Amino acid sequence: MSAPKANLEALPRSVQIVLALGLVALVVFPFVGSDFYAQMVTRMMILAIFAMSLDLLQGVTGLVSLGHAAYFGLAGYALAFVTPQDGAVSLWWTLPLALLGSAAAALVIGFFVVRTKGIYFIMVTMAFAQMIYYLFFGNKVLGGSDGLYLYFKPDAGLFDLENTRVFYFFTLACLLLTYAFLRRLLWSPFGRALAGIRVNEHRMRAVGFGTFGYKLAAFTLAGALAGLAGYLWAAQTGFVNPELMGFHQSAHAIMMVILGGMGNFAGAIVGAFAFEWLLHEFKGLPSLGEFNLGKHWQLWMGLFIVLLVSFAPRGLLGLLQRRHKAGAGHG
Amino acid sequence: MNIADFLIQTLNSVQYGLLLFMLAAGLTLIFGIMGVVNLAHGSFYMLGAYLAYSLSSMLGSFTLAILAGVVLSVLFGLVLERVLFRFFYQRDHLDQVLMTFGLIYIFEELRSILWGDDVHGVPIPPLLTGSIPLTDTLSYPIYRLFMAGLCVLLAIGLYLLISQTRLGMKIRAGAFNRDMTESLGINIKLIHAVVFAIGVALASVAGMIAAPISSVYPNMGAPVLIMCFVVVVIGGIGSVRGALIAALLVGFVDTFGKVLLPQVSAMLVYMLMAVVLLWKPEGLFKQ
Repeated sequence: MSAPKANLEALPRSVQIVLALGLVALVVFPFVGSDFYAQMVTRMMILAIFAMSLDLLQGVTGLVSLGHAAYFGLAGYALAFVTPQDGAVSLWWTLPLALLGSAAAALVIGFFVVRTKGIYFIMVTMAFAQMIYYLFFGNKVLGGSDGLYLYFKPDAGLFDLENTRVFYFFTLACLLLTYAFLRRLLWSPFGRALAGIRVNEHRMRAVGFGTFGYKLAAFTLAGALAGLAGYLWAAQTGFVNPELMGFHQSAHAIMMVILGGMGNFAGAIVGAFAFEWLLHEFKGLPSLGEFNLGKHWQLWMGLFIVLLVSFAPRGLLGLLQRRHKAGAGHG
Repeated sequence: MNIADFLIQTLNSVQYGLLLFMLAAGLTLIFGIMGVVNLAHGSFYMLGAYLAYSLSSMLGSFTLAILAGVVLSVLFGLVLERVLFRFFYQRDHLDQVLMTFGLIYIFEELRSILWGDDVHGVPIPPLLTGSIPLTDTLSYPIYRLFMAGLCVLLAIGLYLLISQTRLGMKIRAGAFNRDMTESLGINIKLIHAVVFAIGVALASVAGMIAAPISSVYPNMGAPVLIMCFVVVVIGGIGSVRGALIAALLVGFVDTFGKVLLPQVSAMLVYMLMAVVLLWKPEGLFKQ
């Protein structure tokens, strides 16, 4: 239903300039900001990768998954399982392993969920993600509700990921590669077919596309990319717990994609940064007398979400696009 | 498993299934008639449980607490519908998902501010304590039978309301063709408000009667919401009959799964859902 509105696939020059400036800021940041903020921005970049992976489903293909965090969390757990207590493991086989794990889970679950449409898809993706959540939550072998610790970051050989700044740039490189890959994919025949499914799946089938296969491929790919983000998250924070796969994490990802504007990946990045920044601000609110505003951050976030959806449902880039269109109309 | 154990687990299954039905019925009605996905439905369950906790100690009677709780829940539902949900009936599912997710945050935090984050018990009313002996060694608590009985009564009431009354006729007409119903002079906005309030009240009552056995705790709506989704997906969205059958099915699979296959019991209900999806992607009783 939401599908055809997702757009701004071709980014206007003004947005491109803003993105380029943003990239410059990201490159310069670790040299001017403190380690604390460099780590925070690293987490924002990781979540931006996660949000982009969801945008492939939500914005491009028109599939709103409310269980995307499962694939994020699974890759994190994969890294936690293979990291021994007393030393680092190589990045070069654990990263592909984690991605494959997430992709495999997405392939199996996708086999069931992409048969469904609209509201069913939302509910079923959420239900399967919760199944994985409770599986990890309830099993001591899998870490249980406490989760698992990683005492070492993966060993990359050529560079030292234990160094905050190196990890920052490694994450930035992953972000750029993912963005370039997804933008390229968006304009490939495969990406055009996915956009076609969003706009009118019946018509796509009528002209001979096996939409089930396309949707399943998109779901699996999105799962693998979410796994990339989850792997980085586990490596960066040194900790995984079931909440990484929880329903709130999935909903946050949807929120990030919406907040920026969906269907073009750039919006997902902007949205992830904006959302995490807001979260940070809400949690840091001061006390007002007896009442600690920051402790009740969920209230402010909830109000913000309800107001945003009520008044600016297509996000920041959506507002921009509206202006863009209005301008074009006058010209 | 001997006969007595089997009997007890069957009773547990039916009782759990009926409780799930109360929740799923509201969810499926609100979706079927207004087209709204409501993630905050679990919050109404939580609201009911907390109302039972506060009102029963305030009024000193569980029965009075339930009656007062129903009135408050209906009012709450009407207000919520008027100020927020009404504007989302025609919107994308994506917007509805986000808006109701925001509501979960708001409700949880309001719960934390009003009631705190502690776990609370609600006493079983004195009249319903005790057990009915099944064999020499096994017995079944009366309160659980009361829960099941009340759910059955409400299910029958809901069925009669929808299929036998003038209001029910209008509700069905509104679900079938909104514009036509409206042009026949029926106040469809009022119908929607009533249906929404019924959904909230059903979930809230489920929370109220579950409170004495499940206790009252933060985030208690989340697991229930997921189970409701499973029930609604299996039963077919919009179908109250489907919700009843699916809820009982889920009740049986979950209860017996925990007894017979404890290692995989957490997965069983979802496997059931996966099988149904393969067989009938739109649920068993798609309307």
